[in-house]
Amino acid sequence: MQTIISIAVDALTYGMALFVICIGLSLTMGLMRLVNLAHGAFAMIGGYIASYAARDLGLWYGFAVLLAILGTVLIAIPLERFLFRRIYGAPQLTQVLMTIGITFCIIGITNYLFGPTLKTIPLPRGLAEPVDIGFRTIAAHRLFVLVCGIVVAGGLWSLIERTAFGVKLRAAVDNAAMTSALGVRTEVVYAVSFALAVGLGALGGVIGAEFLPVEPYYALRYMVTFLVVVSVGGAGSIPGAVLACLLLGAVDTTGRYLMPDFGNFFFYAAVILIVCLFPRGLLGRA
Amino acid sequence: MSDLFRVEGLSKQFGGLAVSRDISLSLPEGERLALIGPNGAGKTTFVNLVTGQLKPSAGRVFLNGQDVTGLGAVQRVRRGLVRTFQVTRLFSEMTPEEHVTLTILQREGRANRVFARFRGDSAVGGEVEGILATLGLLDVARRRVGEIAYGQQRLLEIAIALALKPKVLLLDEPAAGVPSTDTPRIERALEQLPPSLAVLMIEHDMDLVFRFARRVVVLAAGEVIFQGLPAEVAADDRVREAYLGSYAHARRVA
Amino acid sequence: MQTLAQTQPVAMPQPKRAWWRDIVGVALIAAVGLAGYWLFPDNLALLTRVIAMALLALSIDLLVGYCGIATLGQAALFGAGAYAAGIACVNGITEPFTLVLIGAVAGSLAGLVMGVVMLRASHGLPQLVLSIAIVQLFHEAANKASAWTGGSDGLAGLSPAALFGVFEFDLWGRTAYLFGLGLLLTVFIVLKFVVRSPFGMLCRGIKEDPVRVGAMGAFVFPVLLKMFMISGSVAGIGGALAAISTQVVGLDSVSFELSANALVMLVLGGIGTLYGALVGTVIFMGFEHVVSSINPFHWMTLVGVLLIVMVLFAPRGLTGLMETYTGLKLGKRGGRA
Repeated sequence: MQTIISIAVDALTYGMALFVICIGLSLTMGLMRLVNLAHGAFAMIGGYIASYAARDLGLWYGFAVLLAILGTVLIAIPLERFLFRRIYGAPQLTQVLMTIGITFCIIGITNYLFGPTLKTIPLPRGLAEPVDIGFRTIAAHRLFVLVCGIVVAGGLWSLIERTAFGVKLRAAVDNAAMTSALGVRTEVVYAVSFALAVGLGALGGVIGAEFLPVEPYYALRYMVTFLVVVSVGGAGSIPGAVLACLLLGAVDTTGRYLMPDFGNFFFYAAVILIVCLFPRGLLGRA
Repeated sequence: MSDLFRVEGLSKQFGGLAVSRDISLSLPEGERLALIGPNGAGKTTFVNLVTGQLKPSAGRVFLNGQDVTGLGAVQRVRRGLVRTFQVTRLFSEMTPEEHVTLTILQREGRANRVFARFRGDSAVGGEVEGILATLGLLDVARRRVGEIAYGQQRLLEIAIALALKPKVLLLDEPAAGVPSTDTPRIERALEQLPPSLAVLMIEHDMDLVFRFARRVVVLAAGEVIFQGLPAEVAADDRVREAYLGSYAHARRVA
Repeated sequence: MQTLAQTQPVAMPQPKRAWWRDIVGVALIAAVGLAGYWLFPDNLALLTRVIAMALLALSIDLLVGYCGIATLGQAALFGAGAYAAGIACVNGITEPFTLVLIGAVAGSLAGLVMGVVMLRASHGLPQLVLSIAIVQLFHEAANKASAWTGGSDGLAGLSPAALFGVFEFDLWGRTAYLFGLGLLLTVFIVLKFVVRSPFGMLCRGIKEDPVRVGAMGAFVFPVLLKMFMISGSVAGIGGALAAISTQVVGLDSVSFELSANALVMLVLGGIGTLYGALVGTVIFMGFEHVVSSINPFHWMTLVGVLLIVMVLFAPRGLTGLMETYTGLKLGKRGGRA
């Protein structure tokens, strides 16, 4: 029983961390039709900045998280303007190649600047201690990740479904030409959504560092994981992403607990099964 | 039962919406039938039902007396039910000659051969030349399709269809998008179709319909509202209602 | 009745002769290969590796360039060939040509599996994800079946018999290199015939418009599946060559990274011409050898910049640039994949 609960808690928090990282990619892929394999690279940049701020400069954790998000977005803006904007609507292979290229550059440059070592992000005391939640204790950090995931999911959903910006974004996605004819500046809408996606990726990179450690090949190592999660959930669907993250988080965690020798075997077997049965993802848009 | 092609009570619903309702028609050998109807009448859906791209909710499709309702699109083509596309679907990097050669090889079951030469067979080459000559495409036979005129691309659509030696040919708006200077060429191509071939043409251009068709079927709101001679169409009340109704009921402006 | 043929008495222009270009092309590959043998006698192991990778890039070109199927999992087929040849070799089958044949068969069987799974999804992204998932699954399987594959330590101790019973696989890799060059030339010539065959034309048609191919009365799925098997056998031959020449098979031969690298090489050279795969592999691996010996991260940055530049300014690859500037057409290609 104890094992089952541990697995469940780990699976849930791992899934939520995955969700915070991946939801930005899901948005770019579903709403902007951009297969951005460099998404993990932005999460990695976030992790590096947070590590530098919290560990090397000794700043407060919350401030480091904020700095990571802002810094990553700041780096992403010129990239969006000069590189990504040219491949919106391009064939998928073109997008894949370009974003792999960007990933390679980011990995190379980051490691040139920060050195090829694992970067830790020290947690503040409040998050490092276990918390009693009645029937058992749980690391406060995990609780924090859970709350982050729920807040991100809720916030994004209301942003897309309830605000004027969300309306513009959905319109731009359905018919870019018509939307811009109606006076909406679609490049701005795209740029803002891109920044949002990157910012969420950076946040995810920082808070998920406990599960996916920030290291030189982070962007490449988890590139596939993120892409797979989004495809399984269905690009552009928030509930789909939640479902996919929880499901794959559970498969992965359970597999590792019960049959550690098999590594990612069950994860990818599940992926093949789901993608074959639901080519557009569990809750994908038609 | 001598009909080459027959559909019986063909219906299709998307959700609760019926886009085709109980359509029945038949084509004997050598028939020239035109299917017309206002926009949104369900012509495209009908084409997709007939060719096997869509499964009907009810009704059956017969080819040569055989029930082909359960067969997919490819099987229907292999049995002689061939279509052209409303918007040309050609391989822009290939030449007309390559299109027709590939089609003939495919008809003869040789297109899947790995260790064979594409242009090796002189009999095939002769047939290709014959088909391209009939359609007046010889001079562009070795140009990339992306480089030839749209009218010529439309003719190539017909050439590909003919290369399959069809029994029933479904022409989906063969003159759509062709500049009016080129329509006579399309028309001549249609006149030269093999006499025994049963042709079902979907077309907007009424001049073309009147010159080409021996029989006309009018589709409106998913239903057949008229079947008869071209000369009778214009006088039919239901057809007038279908085409002009929306204008008659609309309030006058100024 | 007057026919159009009578109104336009124009004869069909005769086909341009393309075969002499292919002979020149093959001769050029052989010449470059032999030049490599004389010029870099100390780097023959690397050059053999280049040939194995060129075979992998060729196999990807068959799918991406001729069928329009993007894949990031081709190393699954390469690895299948490498492990099959390696396992056979360790278990006593040491004749080099037999090993290559075993690699080809294993590769094409893996291609069959991959094709069946990937073709269940009808369009780009799910296919790409499936290809990745398959190569990862193969990777895990190879890792797990350590009794057969040696797991993460790799499969070592391959000692292939002498080529034709005469030429031993020597320490300098001379035999392995010439063997590889011979294989590459043979495969290249065969593939030239394959892409020109009716089947090859049908694949090109499918790449441009599968619906049109269906309306021509051809089933798309079996054609693509067949190409997956051909592609798999080419990748498998590459894997077997790698196994024979290095005499070890590591887990990296079934990895996403290898797949992605090979795709990058192909794109660098140019998709849709068989020459592109060769040119791209040689240039990529040559640079990799020089730059990454200085600093592997500089190499990553460089590859990244290269990819971005290619996508923005030379989407048809180096061979595409060459065609543009020299007017020499290397082969038919479909539009951009």
